[in-house]
Amino acid sequence: MSTAPAATGTAIGMSGVTVRFTTRRSQTTALDDVSLDIEPGEFVTIVGPSGCGKSTLLKIVAGLVTPTSGEVSLLRRPVRGPQKEIGFVFQKAALLEWRGARANILLQAEMRGMDRARAARRADELIEMTGLTGFEKALPHELSGGMQQRVALCRALLHAPPVLLMDEPFGALDALTREQMNAELHRIWRETGTTVVLVTHSIAEAVFLGTRVVVMSPRPGRIIRTFPVELPAHRDYAQVMSDPRFDRLATELRGLLGSAAANH
Amino acid sequence: MTENSLDTAGRRAAVDKASGEGAAAPTLASEGAPGAVDDAHSSRVASPPPGGRPPRPTLGRRAAALADSLWRPALVLVAFFVAWWFVAAREYVPNYLVPTPGQVWTTMTNQWSELARHTMVTLYETVLGFVLAAALGLATAVAIAYSRTLDKALYPIVLFAQVIPKIAIAPLLVVWFGLGLTPKIILAVLIAFFPVVISGVAGLRSTDPELLDLSATMGAGPWRTFRKIRFPNALPHLMAGLKVAVTLAVVGAVVGEFVGASEGLGYVLLLANGNLDSALLFADLILMSAIGIVLFVLVEIAEALLIPWHASRRVGVSLTTS
Repeated sequence: MSTAPAATGTAIGMSGVTVRFTTRRSQTTALDDVSLDIEPGEFVTIVGPSGCGKSTLLKIVAGLVTPTSGEVSLLRRPVRGPQKEIGFVFQKAALLEWRGARANILLQAEMRGMDRARAARRADELIEMTGLTGFEKALPHELSGGMQQRVALCRALLHAPPVLLMDEPFGALDALTREQMNAELHRIWRETGTTVVLVTHSIAEAVFLGTRVVVMSPRPGRIIRTFPVELPAHRDYAQVMSDPRFDRLATELRGLLGSAAANH
Repeated sequence: MTENSLDTAGRRAAVDKASGEGAAAPTLASEGAPGAVDDAHSSRVASPPPGGRPPRPTLGRRAAALADSLWRPALVLVAFFVAWWFVAAREYVPNYLVPTPGQVWTTMTNQWSELARHTMVTLYETVLGFVLAAALGLATAVAIAYSRTLDKALYPIVLFAQVIPKIAIAPLLVVWFGLGLTPKIILAVLIAFFPVVISGVAGLRSTDPELLDLSATMGAGPWRTFRKIRFPNALPHLMAGLKVAVTLAVVGAVVGEFVGASEGLGYVLLLANGNLDSALLFADLILMSAIGIVLFVLVEIAEALLIPWHASRRVGVSLTTS
């Protein structure tokens, strides 16, 4: 943890990251010797079985969990403590029940002490971009799951973070809404150029969104393989689904994940 | 998903009807909207939705809902009143034990100025005790929720202190602080303190850990996190505790007056008891209950203003279900 891996150009750098949780009874290794470098503007998706430490990986990048050993850097600075240069989206939208959609998005600005007028303009842009227009004042319980997750996404993007971390953001949505959200996230990524790391259970989601897919093993979590996704940068959902390259990669991933689970 | 949200809207509408609210239609229309727009969105048509959110109930509808929730208990009360009148007027029970409602009314009107003065004394003690208990209780809850050391040091003591029958401390308080208002206020504080602490701690600890993670990545300090996230999140719990506390504060004040006082409703009660003046005793009891009810309703109103968003307050205005 003493020196940062100062590879120029990396948005996120991890080398030899190991995390052990010690409980009263036992010690579990959540992540074992994970090394991963992510370039700026990449969209890296991480797939793996439940409990493989995918979420822990994101929390390490965010500085919310300190690794037992190994080095982590964000934007070429070593990660120590919670990082501010990121946007975080969870599986649950984690909205404040008492605030309307717009006020929930603006929480980001209030907590950071951002300039009010600028934040308000930016919030309105994001609301427009994600189709929340007309629901600015709606409380979370008045919104559908998809709409709630849009609000959470806007909140994570309000301060235009260079890095966006997403922990199974669409896991709780129905299939149709999920496809829509995937298409929208893809568009937002193209428009903003943000570096994105997205953890998912869905192979289709991982391949459709990612420029690179990282496959992890069951606990202790290790990186089994990394696949570059050879699909155009500008993707259309229906086209990608019928693209033979998508099929080939999805089948390969499914096989790999299946055997990884079986070997365990 | 559309099906889902329509289903919810349908259920909500059913509840609205059951509680006598006729405004199901606009609620249903706008409730269905999120799903509808969600689905239409893929074509990126920015069609303005019919309404962002269900309209807030109007004053008239709130009053209707209130009346609806009150008529049943009112009916029970009237039945009880009639039974009391019947038993007392026919003298099945002698009047020096149970006076008629008429006698109680006469006593109350005849001695109104005196009774009003004593009521104000008890009310003053209760309110001051409650406010102090709320402030001290909240401060203690914050200390316990934020500091592990204070949690370990204070929480067991708070729990243990609750086991001591505080009514038994009343005579000691009189010895220490005399016959004035101080021992009554202290007793009210001691009794009302506990529910505030417990509910405050429960509320502050119920914050979603993901929200706290989020707040950390937003670079917010503990004060901002408290003000914007943890405190508002604790309010529903806290308000429940305050409702219990306010009724207990009345008990504290009255018991304090029992032990040694020259004014207040507790003092009047002892006096009436000594003179076997059951009409005065009943009048006194009614005034004590009135203090409790009025203060409880005030806390209810504060709750409705502070947390209109909470699940417990979403359907209608009801005093009976909260």
